[in-house]
Amino acid sequence: MSEGERHEIGSKLSFDRGRPGRWAVSLPDCDVPLAAMPPSSLLRDELPLPEMSQPEIVRYFTNLACLNYSVDTGFYPLGSCTMKYNPKLHEDMARLPGFAAIHPLQPVEAVQGALALMFDLQCFLAEITGMKAVSLAPAAGAHGELTSVLTVRAFLEHRGESRHRVLVPDSAHGTNLATVSTAGFHCQPIASDAQGNTDLAALSAALDDDVAALMLTLPNTLGLFDQNIVEIARMVHEKGALLYCDGANLNALLGQVKIGDLGFDVVQTNLHKTFSTPHGGGGPGSGPVAVKAHLAPFLPSPIVGQDENGGYVFEEPEHSIGKVGAFQGNFGIVVRAYAYIRSLGAAGLREVSENAVLNANYLLARLRQSYDLPYERRCLHEVVFSGSRQRAKGVHTLDVAKRLIDYGFHPPTVYFPLIVDEALMIEPTETESKETLDAFCEAMLAIAREAEEEPDLLRNAPRTAPVRRLDEAAAARHPVLRWQKGERA
Amino acid sequence: MLERIGVASVDVLFDDIPSNCRNPKLSLPPPLSEPELAQELARMAARNRSVAEMPCFLGAGAYRHFIPSVVDHVVRQGAFATAYTPYQPEISQGTLQSIFEFQSLVCELTGMDVANAGMYDGASALAEACLMAVRITGRRRVALLSTVNPNYQRVVRTYAEGHALPVDVVEPDAVMLNDGHACLVVQHPNFLGYLEDVDALEKRAHAAGALYVVVPEAISLGMFKSPGEYGADIVVAEGQSLGIPLSFGGPYVGLFATRGEHIRQMPGRLVGQTKDVDGRTGYVLTLQTREQHIRRERATSNICTNEQLVALAATVYLCAMGKQGLRRVAELCYHKAHYAADRIAVLPGYSLPLAGTFFQEFVVRCPRPPREVNAALLERGIIGGLDVSERIDGGMLLCVTEMNSREEIDRLVEALSESRLW
Repeated sequence: MSEGERHEIGSKLSFDRGRPGRWAVSLPDCDVPLAAMPPSSLLRDELPLPEMSQPEIVRYFTNLACLNYSVDTGFYPLGSCTMKYNPKLHEDMARLPGFAAIHPLQPVEAVQGALALMFDLQCFLAEITGMKAVSLAPAAGAHGELTSVLTVRAFLEHRGESRHRVLVPDSAHGTNLATVSTAGFHCQPIASDAQGNTDLAALSAALDDDVAALMLTLPNTLGLFDQNIVEIARMVHEKGALLYCDGANLNALLGQVKIGDLGFDVVQTNLHKTFSTPHGGGGPGSGPVAVKAHLAPFLPSPIVGQDENGGYVFEEPEHSIGKVGAFQGNFGIVVRAYAYIRSLGAAGLREVSENAVLNANYLLARLRQSYDLPYERRCLHEVVFSGSRQRAKGVHTLDVAKRLIDYGFHPPTVYFPLIVDEALMIEPTETESKETLDAFCEAMLAIAREAEEEPDLLRNAPRTAPVRRLDEAAAARHPVLRWQKGERA
Repeated sequence: MLERIGVASVDVLFDDIPSNCRNPKLSLPPPLSEPELAQELARMAARNRSVAEMPCFLGAGAYRHFIPSVVDHVVRQGAFATAYTPYQPEISQGTLQSIFEFQSLVCELTGMDVANAGMYDGASALAEACLMAVRITGRRRVALLSTVNPNYQRVVRTYAEGHALPVDVVEPDAVMLNDGHACLVVQHPNFLGYLEDVDALEKRAHAAGALYVVVPEAISLGMFKSPGEYGADIVVAEGQSLGIPLSFGGPYVGLFATRGEHIRQMPGRLVGQTKDVDGRTGYVLTLQTREQHIRRERATSNICTNEQLVALAATVYLCAMGKQGLRRVAELCYHKAHYAADRIAVLPGYSLPLAGTFFQEFVVRCPRPPREVNAALLERGIIGGLDVSERIDGGMLLCVTEMNSREEIDRLVEALSESRLW
């Protein structure tokens, strides 16, 4: 795309495209007698929407898409996000009219196929996580976190206990802290030890009978399995608190271990990450919650169950926390997850975790000569490096990331987790070939050399992207958040 | 690769897992090849009776509208569908600019100053709006009209529970607020399809110093006044009507808009316009200090998605329908719903128990329990309305959209007149 073409796309919004009177869809004439219109005081005069033809719309959005980097265009090792390739067949399956064109309030006898699929997925997720009951209602990973913590709250209140604090290790997902607050608890961070595990002394000092739960991300955001897990579970339960697993990194553990066997009471899973839904530029996803039997009566409504004749029905758990969304969750994502598990089976799921972990350790082995490794351990599904060596040359992790764009790769997650200085969090995922990993390593090694020899190449990167570095400070200082009539960018 | 890593087998890489928990037996069905999987899922889908194969008169929060093909053709493009949150703006301008479009379109539609990039759905957006009103006013009570969608009421209660916020349900004609109320929530048209007296309710809310939270139906905004015109402080809505498949309840997208002065208390993602170092216009995530990944436990919400692909579908839909198309869709719904209501009202045994102006939904009082009427309709290949007999004796909530032809409506009327005899 030429500079002029890019400028045309980026500077002209839909409102400034097309011409008055254009529209892109033909609608039928009204085939019933016209009713009396409501009083004009109730009606709007202006409906300021764009007026574009169909080809104008298709070209505009197709050209916008060309400005994006995506898994379909290249390697996307964005740590903690599991940007793997997802089979295209699942997209077609979710669009079958029998799934996409059913109304959420249809009588259950008219949607037995959908309920059977939900019931089976509940069972699959319970089996994979080693839990007893599953709710598919949460619409995203963070929504599953919130649902889980509210479930814990309801369980404790039912037991007559009022606890106020939730412990969150500093190697947990960032959403966990906000989740705790949104659920009305006070959040207390717990330090990690020198091996990247939860610090047992810090945990012991924090644990008392005011603690509702410990929220542990497993593997944590360092890509490490907590070696103290058995002891942690014992300590938490001894104080009457619950052990919660942020299961967003489940692709590291599929078939290797069941979360429930490790002593966890509740886990949220991210179907879009582990079980194949393309990330859509930021959703939609789905965040089912799996729990042990003692938490099952508190799960959100509805759960799919079976009646005495084997027919599927919606049920409300006895002491349910209520509803977390208008209907029964992101069914379209549930269909994709179901398709994924059915296509892989038990052995296939196990291969997923093997390949995810193999790929990450291969990157660790190839890049450790040039980037600092803050924890001297092999990793699971992702590896976190520190850019501290490069910073000593006046080059920051952000510069390394931007330079990767010039080499044709999406950068890793940067500056997270916060406990690693100048963090570079790399998750290759299970669907990448050795050739792709090698090409990425060559780029990373070349950038490490450039940081030594030609640091300005990094500081001025990217050069090849549709735009160069953008002024984020100005965007926040003088927010322009919408199109305004008569104002051209 | 193993050699490079320096281990003998992949198994060794999992050595940190306690050995007594390693390699559990997983009982799952055997794997299916692609054609087998396609057949299996087609078989399951065929066990559902879809609205593509039969007339549907269900609404109540999810609506069957025409979806132009152009919507899915845009949304399926790999460069949109397989990207993620635009953390690297230089290579995410497609997503960022389309979010800016979405925010702009939602502002125009609702008549508000700012809109975010999207929420999970309309119900959770409402719950977040109530929490936002609590933050802004420093008050703790939430008031909902009894005519707000009961599922939305339940979601508000779930979210309120965590903060022990009292939720009061008030009747539209007897709204009594005090200085403890953070907001008054009004759905318009309400759950039963009828317009509320939004001007009087606005005065009630503001006289008590509470924020006025309005939940409009998205398509109705094609013809009815926007909430911005009648004084709303926060507007939330379900975006499903705007080109999103019914999909048994999700994924959908929640619209969320407010007045300029409340920007910093908004939940969710926001995109702003800026320049790059060469002066080119570009877009970035902005005001992120409200969000969970920066503000952490002090964030305005824990939300970490904006249902972007669904928001993109709504964006393309609004561009495709445009100024004339959206008004036309709204008017078709209005006229067809009134035609259906007029015909059903004169059937022996049926009546319209509610008075007032309605948009595309209305309540019919049936001579027999609505559950039985619906069963009889289903036997005739028609998906009837929602049973609301718990609220209104014999009540069935019917929805008619531009997708219901006159022939379908006449079939419904005919079937209803028969089912009376059962």
